Amino acid sequence: MKKILPPLIPFVAVTVLVEALVRGGFVPSYLVPAPSAVLRALMDNRAELATAMGKTSAAAFLGFALSTLAGIGTAIALSSSRAIQRSLYPYAVFFQTVPIIAIAPLLVIWFGYGMQTVIACAFIVSIFPVIANTLTGLLSTDPALRDLFRLYGASPGVTLVKLRFPAALPQILTGLRVASGLAVIGAVVGEFIGGEGLGSVVDVARTQQRVDKVFAAVLLASVLGLALFGLINLISALTLRHWHASEQA
Amino acid sequence: MADSTSVPATARSVALRLEGVRRAFGGLVVIEHLDLQIEAGEFLAVLGPSGCGKSTLLRMIAGLAPPDEGRMIAEPERPQAAFVFQDAHLLPWRTALNNAALPLELMGASREERHAKARAALDQVGLADAESRYPAQLSGGMRMRVSLARALVTEPRLLLMDEPFAALDEITRFHLEVQLRDLWHRRGMTVIFVTHSISEAAFLANRAVVLTRRKGHIKLDRRFDLPAIRRNELRSDPRLGREMGMLMDAMEEE
Repeated sequence: MKKILPPLIPFVAVTVLVEALVRGGFVPSYLVPAPSAVLRALMDNRAELATAMGKTSAAAFLGFALSTLAGIGTAIALSSSRAIQRSLYPYAVFFQTVPIIAIAPLLVIWFGYGMQTVIACAFIVSIFPVIANTLTGLLSTDPALRDLFRLYGASPGVTLVKLRFPAALPQILTGLRVASGLAVIGAVVGEFIGGEGLGSVVDVARTQQRVDKVFAAVLLASVLGLALFGLINLISALTLRHWHASEQA
Repeated sequence: MADSTSVPATARSVALRLEGVRRAFGGLVVIEHLDLQIEAGEFLAVLGPSGCGKSTLLRMIAGLAPPDEGRMIAEPERPQAAFVFQDAHLLPWRTALNNAALPLELMGASREERHAKARAALDQVGLADAESRYPAQLSGGMRMRVSLARALVTEPRLLLMDEPFAALDEITRFHLEVQLRDLWHRRGMTVIFVTHSISEAAFLANRAVVLTRRKGHIKLDRRFDLPAIRRNELRSDPRLGREMGMLMDAMEEE
């Protein structure tokens, strides 16, 4: 209850305030719908929204899973040698700076209309924080412990598995927290251009002036982002609870 | 009581000879023309001002930073060495038992063997009851004892210690010094102990060398005339005071 109550209080307060402002005529409902109208839109379109949420969830989760695997793998490769790092890291930064809305049409050409394009969008948007944080963690290993592993003849592979990776875990999980939200954003943007899901629901509802339905879809996208974020927090609590200050407070 | 000159050399200790050793970092020469002979089973303290090359010397002996020039000869060759750092440097995600067992794990020992030996090593340093605790649940002194157990678990012939008790409070340090001296006496391994503390060097070691501030030359090489078995009572013994005085004179001139 101590964890749930603090964020719940401002949510309830803002909901009540917006409801009052819209009902009182201070804010036009074609700009901001009353929360009760959003709830009604959720109920009236539940079948369509549930299907859309399922598709967005699958695409966001697959894009996030791919960026986790590829991001960690890339960071391990980059951390293995300064020369590799210097020659390849700028291309990793490319994924951070690329405007996804601009290249999404290209992705439709390459992958076609549908799930693959949406997954690709989620992947491109979410991979950089995984690479950057994992790399920072892998390069921050305690030099004394590296010496200790050398002293007992540990191979680079053993040192990675038993020292560098676990030591980098707090940073990796920070990268995954950022990436989880970005994967949902990437998936929704991908669906605007070339797929079906909450993004396409928002796009169609917008053209129909159904602001309440737009808000309902956006609300579900946020819930999806929060669910992925919560999953990473759960993994973090399970893996770090005995030893890292972030999970012992 | 046996005299300190009769070091408990056994088949489990190692003799070292350093001849004309030099080590530089970029243009900075830290150690130059260093000759040092260490007997098997000796407890040697290395003293000197900050930056004089004490830790570099220890890392060279461990094989972690080979010398630029000169030779280091060990008898027997490639001895099993263990290193204890200034801080405990434990793996925070492992229990005390798994930290103590780490060297054996890296050397490929079976789970049963490494856990049995790690339990024995923790027992030796008085931490038998703390094997399932994580480093975050241990005090600074306990963490350092786990670090010592981790070093002892492989039954090393050569124990290298780099200011291991510097961060501890005085009472904990006194306790650990007595414990370390007992362990050394029972096991007969060769110990090279780097420290800033004159009292620590005189209390623990059979012999001390003081390095010069620049280029790590040996300024004083002193064998102590002190009892082999050392207890806290020795700290107020005039003989220890005399040895400390000798070391202090050499250090003050630096």
